[in-house]
Amino acid sequence: MGKTLGEKILSAKSGADARAGDIVVAQVDLAFVQDTTGPLTVRQFQAAGFKKLAKNIKVAVFLDHGAPSQSRELSNDHVFLRRFARQTGAYLSEVGDGVCHQIVAESFAKPGDLIVGSDSHTVTAGGLGTFACGMGSSDVAMAFGLGKTWFRVPESFKIELSGKFPKAVNAKDLILYLIGQIGADGATYKSLEFAGAGVKNVPVSQRLTISNMAVEAGAKVGLFPADDLTEQYLMERGRSGDFKPLAADPDAVYESTIKINLSKLEPMVAKPHTVDNTATARELAGTKIQQVFIGTCTNGRLEDLEIVAEILKGKKRHPDTRLVIAPASREILLTATRLGYIQTILQAGGLILPPGCGACLGLHQGVIGDGEACLSTANRNFKGRMGSPEGLVYLANPYTAAVTAITGEITDPREYR
Amino acid sequence: MLTGRAFKFGDDISTDHIIPGKYAYLRSNLPELAKHVMEDADTTFAARVKDGDFIVGGNNFGLGSSREHAPLVIKMAGVKAILAKSVARIFFRNAINLGLPVLICNTDAINDGDTLEIDLKAGVIVNKNSGQKLTFGKIPAVMLKILDEGGLLPYIERHGDFKI
Repeated sequence: MGKTLGEKILSAKSGADARAGDIVVAQVDLAFVQDTTGPLTVRQFQAAGFKKLAKNIKVAVFLDHGAPSQSRELSNDHVFLRRFARQTGAYLSEVGDGVCHQIVAESFAKPGDLIVGSDSHTVTAGGLGTFACGMGSSDVAMAFGLGKTWFRVPESFKIELSGKFPKAVNAKDLILYLIGQIGADGATYKSLEFAGAGVKNVPVSQRLTISNMAVEAGAKVGLFPADDLTEQYLMERGRSGDFKPLAADPDAVYESTIKINLSKLEPMVAKPHTVDNTATARELAGTKIQQVFIGTCTNGRLEDLEIVAEILKGKKRHPDTRLVIAPASREILLTATRLGYIQTILQAGGLILPPGCGACLGLHQGVIGDGEACLSTANRNFKGRMGSPEGLVYLANPYTAAVTAITGEITDPREYR
Repeated sequence: MLTGRAFKFGDDISTDHIIPGKYAYLRSNLPELAKHVMEDADTTFAARVKDGDFIVGGNNFGLGSSREHAPLVIKMAGVKAILAKSVARIFFRNAINLGLPVLICNTDAINDGDTLEIDLKAGVIVNKNSGQKLTFGKIPAVMLKILDEGGLLPYIERHGDFKI
């Protein structure tokens, strides 16, 4: 009997014949923390009596949630984490380098690797065929010290893709549509595995968006096969040696199969306050928006900024709508600057934040006020998510976000001229 | 045997309800952070909760962030168990790692303020107000082992490794 992607990777990393439902202890290739979960992780690592990182593991510390820090307290956490990285030899990603998940994709994740991160969106790297899984501080701390952790091998949903995205529709709409269909707990404890002829029509930058939001359906991982597009993505970053092809066995066993024709999708929006509260942009047309936020590990990549700059070229944001943009990494900001996207965005009345996470989680830089509505390209719209429990967060793709910044109200990007 | 009052919440109580991201800067000052427990779900909770009480949720309790601070501030408030119809994966693992039981059962008939008596070993919850008896789903064996030893740190300190 064949294996799913998840079963294959967990078998290789545990040395066991890992099948859905089994409990395995698996070697971890990379364990990482960010600045709001890292201090507790380091304290748990120390409390357990560990002095050194396990030999066989790479450990990384990302300063990205408060980047730069918005308070004395967080600055002190940064001091603490920098000292830990220096003492243990962990990789340190400084304030301004970017969002952990983007940097993990750009520089670390390999097909077939096993990654744990103390951040729920660690799943992002599944877009490269990496079994990447979010965990809490205690679990990641023990991985730092032992180089391994335990997993229940998840049952898998096969998401079989066909067709091609139509105009102004992309990966964000696919994952919002899927979560709308199965619910925010529809894949709890499961693996979402993407397959089918449509996969080759989804570039890696967009696969990362889809895997990133697998957790919003409750999933443990969201996995893509590693194919020619994966190889190209790694090659463009000087990482050809990190590539190996990876696919589920043809006779792998899935708990269920969901078929999605990309050609039939429309621009989607998740309404407050849950990600599965979905509608089409068309249905919500006219909803007034006070802030548009474009960025994050979900949609802050170069390809997203390219879409936004193309729409904003020669236009101005609506006078009642702020336009806040945070590129997901230094690499993206540099390239977007070189290609003129940043200039276009600034000329349109947008503002550019340093690469980081602050606005998405309501920590700083883009916190909304009571009664305000923000249309965001991020991944969560929970009550209080962007800082005010009286605020409203709508999630959408970058086309819808850019067009909405111009019109000041939710606008179907296919309707906009 | 655990006895305490139920604080009832609805479906989809996220980690942002439990401890909002805007307080991330307080995560190295746990006593200060804990003052905001459940703030975006019920602003009066922190003042009313007492040692021994229970949080009772609906579907998908604890969805969202991996922040272990969510079950941590609940534990610091004195809550001895969380009851829910279903629970998000990372929150579940985090709570068990901290030695905080999460019990999966049908919570529909539990009302806010009810007194509950929970027998963790027997797997039975008795609602002292209605007399109703509930059973809860088995905690997976590996998690039960970690829970029985008081959480992941005591477990690793004792065994030095994952013995599963």
